[in-house]
Amino acid sequence: MHGRPRKPLKPEEGAASFAKAANLRTLQAQLLHNHHHKIYIKDALDLSSKLLEINPEAYTAWNYRKLAVEHNLRSETDPDSIKAILSEELRLVESALRRNFKSYGAWHHRKWVLSKGNSSLDHEFRLLDQFQKADSRNFHAWNYRRFVAALKNVSEEEELKFTTDMINTNFSNYSAWHNRSVLLSHLLKQRVQGYFPREKVLTEEYDLVHQALFTDPDDQSGWFYHLWLLDQTVKPDAPLLVSSWPVHGSDLIISLGRNLDGRALSPFTSFHSDTGEFPLILYFNQAVEGVDSSTVTVESVFDKNADLMWRPLLTNNSGNAQVWVTYLKLPDVKDHSLKAYPVGVSIGHTQGIISSGGSHYSHPSQFEFTVSLQPIDSEHAERGPGTEMVVWKDGNFHTNKTILQDVSPTIDYFDQLRIEKDIEPTTSMWHAKTVANEIVLFRELLSEINCKIGKLTLARLLIGHDSIMSYNKTPYSYKRVYSQEVLELLSDLMKLDPSHSRYYKDEHSLVLMCQVTSNKELLLRHCWYYKESTSWSIHNSICLRLNNLSLSRIGSVENLLWVQMLDLSHNELRSIEGLEGMQLLSCLNLSNNKLSSFTALEPLRLLKSLKVLDISYNELGAHSIDTTRYLCSSPLSHTVGSDWDVDKCETDDVKVTNYWDVVLIFRGLHLTQLDIVGNAISDDKFKLLLAKVLPSLKWLDGEDVC
Amino acid sequence: MGELEMEKHVLYILSVEKKKDDFESVVMEHLRINGAYWGLTTLDLLGKLGTVDSDEVVSWILKCQHDSGGFGGNIGHDPHILYTLSAVQILALLNNLDVLDVDKLTNYISGLQNEDGSFSGDVWGEVDTRFSYIAICCLSILHRLDRINVEKAVNYIVSCKNLDGGFGCTPGGESHAGQIFCCVGALAITGSLHHVDKDLLGWWLCERQVKSGGLNGRPEKLPDVCYSWWVLSSLIMIDRVHWIDKEKLVRFILDCQDKENGGISDRPDDAVDVFHTYFGVAGLSLLEYPGLKAIDPAYALPVDIINRIFFGR
Repeated sequence: MHGRPRKPLKPEEGAASFAKAANLRTLQAQLLHNHHHKIYIKDALDLSSKLLEINPEAYTAWNYRKLAVEHNLRSETDPDSIKAILSEELRLVESALRRNFKSYGAWHHRKWVLSKGNSSLDHEFRLLDQFQKADSRNFHAWNYRRFVAALKNVSEEEELKFTTDMINTNFSNYSAWHNRSVLLSHLLKQRVQGYFPREKVLTEEYDLVHQALFTDPDDQSGWFYHLWLLDQTVKPDAPLLVSSWPVHGSDLIISLGRNLDGRALSPFTSFHSDTGEFPLILYFNQAVEGVDSSTVTVESVFDKNADLMWRPLLTNNSGNAQVWVTYLKLPDVKDHSLKAYPVGVSIGHTQGIISSGGSHYSHPSQFEFTVSLQPIDSEHAERGPGTEMVVWKDGNFHTNKTILQDVSPTIDYFDQLRIEKDIEPTTSMWHAKTVANEIVLFRELLSEINCKIGKLTLARLLIGHDSIMSYNKTPYSYKRVYSQEVLELLSDLMKLDPSHSRYYKDEHSLVLMCQVTSNKELLLRHCWYYKESTSWSIHNSICLRLNNLSLSRIGSVENLLWVQMLDLSHNELRSIEGLEGMQLLSCLNLSNNKLSSFTALEPLRLLKSLKVLDISYNELGAHSIDTTRYLCSSPLSHTVGSDWDVDKCETDDVKVTNYWDVVLIFRGLHLTQLDIVGNAISDDKFKLLLAKVLPSLKWLDGEDVC
Repeated sequence: MGELEMEKHVLYILSVEKKKDDFESVVMEHLRINGAYWGLTTLDLLGKLGTVDSDEVVSWILKCQHDSGGFGGNIGHDPHILYTLSAVQILALLNNLDVLDVDKLTNYISGLQNEDGSFSGDVWGEVDTRFSYIAICCLSILHRLDRINVEKAVNYIVSCKNLDGGFGCTPGGESHAGQIFCCVGALAITGSLHHVDKDLLGWWLCERQVKSGGLNGRPEKLPDVCYSWWVLSSLIMIDRVHWIDKEKLVRFILDCQDKENGGISDRPDDAVDVFHTYFGVAGLSLLEYPGLKAIDPAYALPVDIINRIFFGR
């Protein structure tokens, strides 16, 4: 019941309603009787019309009429009579629609009649014109219009013109803008005469949508259309490789067990492995499929290229991911010479890497690095991350400017992943020029009126500008000129539109992370040495400390693939999506955030090196609604077989059915240290379960488990 | 605004079930099984499902089933996938799924899948992504998802994705919050949410919140309590529900209560019905309103029931 005022019926209305109800009930009972007994005589048909004119939603009556039509057509050969039968159906539908414009059953009945042929499609357009004037947003009518247009072979250009007329009559018509986006994207894709070059068409569309946006900035009709145009302008179609680990030109040193102190090693290129392998990570600008040993060639002494298994870093099984990884096996090294083994990687020299939008990777590129092995020292073979408890207190972190200066040149390696670009310069110029134009226009709008969509669009345009400029460069060679202004705009929006403040907050976090990680000086300010009083192998480790930045979301992971120790504590993180790309991560501090469910920790399942995890003081177990329940692989979403073995973890005290998410997330991890205190769920029973699920655990909440 | 009038809503729902003489009840007679699902689920969320005679409900539901395996909206009405879902949901709610001839029901549903992966609602061939959701939801509850071509079903839904990130009834159809729930729900159940642009759709959905705190279903439309469900559940499935002001929405829903006679309406001071009562209470459950059972955003059944179906032994 929609839009009917709440008031008690007056007695006379009550009586009338009762009479109406009795009449309708009789009609419905008779209809069902006729239907069940297959009675299709005129009186019975008239009765069903009467019923449908009162209640167009009585779907069985529409079915009855279809059966009746089929029955009556069977014995009919006279074309005029056939036409009369079908016309009567159209008349009835029209009358039912006048009663209820949103009746699915009535609209479908009309389609069904039309599919029998014999009806005038021009008449349908005339009727639609009437209906669409009366309610220009009725989506049934728009759907029906697309159906009739296809039946009549009306060209998409003609229908596009109809949307122009509708928009010119009243730009506040989201349905018309929507249909325009559907038609136009077809026309552009097929390069129909007059819709090429794409740039010319899009420029005209910008002009059209400006009229809507600038006339009434608060009307949402044009917002999404403008965002679509902006996406067309800013986002490159083809997939690109944006970063990798190891980076081009780096000399990687891998230790197989003992510490590396005494050597001025770069924390950005030294890596500890106790599994005898190391990751090779490719990070693309968008999700791609088809990364395998035929599309990526790795030349090394370690593995035969054909034997390499490339895995998408994903929390589902789509095979479509932005980050791909393979693990190279290290040879057994007995001699102590630090021999450097060269590794060459070439990508996209044969076709096969495809974006989800269907574009091919078209920028073949290659990079090289070397790997030296630090042999095992049997005396200290047991040493490595996770052999001593990590204590995340400020006193254990310090900066050492001189050492950081020594190692900082290695960060420049990131600059050396050259991605050749062969976009035609004129096209590229159009993109930059268009965005620059839009920036001017929206600045003008904001000088006249303080509106939310103006600010948000300007922020998006500035981000777009920076990203267009940086596509031609590598992360550190382009300085993002607008980051600060974007951050200010987003802060303004949080105040201007408080209902959506956390949307702006999330955007703010992404921009902030981009700002911090794509500038070398800023990034080094967040790099600290971790040092415990007793020395151990990660004492030379650099910890990236992005704590206390009020981050609500993680971004720019492509700049952070080298990170092994990460402190994200004291932020406002609800999600750690993206963290799965950091394959070297062994120590992670997520304490004092807003993580509210175990399923939100799913990215950790993909971190093979993770040993030390602090998730204390979050909101785990405090919420009845889990917002990542379906973003996590589980039997609920059929991404984990229903045969997964929870029974093994069942104890007398703990019902595993209630803790399926805990088991699901933790059972694949090899943690030695876990801090989980300060969450709604951290009682003793729960700790027993954890000890069972995590057999490798040595310390739980600072206490020895063994 | 006050609080949620739990007792009154329970009484209202029990009274609707008995009321069969007014015009509105007769108009809705053909979808009584939907009404039963709305009413019974609301009762369960309010912790009062025990007041219902479940044997009586189950035997009535079975009378709505046809030889084809599909269910009609009431006894004597034709079978349709819309009512088949309600039947399955009610039986799940009452922990009575074992009364079903699962193979027969599965055959009915899988028989409605078309060559392009889409689903028809019944033998008359209307195609809509609502029916894709229903087929996937029913079969998943019955552990029979392998009986349809899931890949094709997913591809069809993806072909209904629009440039604003939302989904329509058929390819080219305009995005609509109800339709988005169906498509996102179907993608969630089939582990296919990677097809959703979460930030783009999340922004479109969070902009459904209007000044009063209520949610509308499409841009520039009036708010309506039923969108508390369609929009909220979609936002939850893609982890973007924090982008709206939850407190304002709670207030809007509570403002739509009939505080005297129970029930919830589409907007403040409109006439109440069981449909909006369900969506209001389910919305509050998604907003973690105290005292309500939690509801699952994809299957639209209480979380404990879904967990029992998928994790129980």
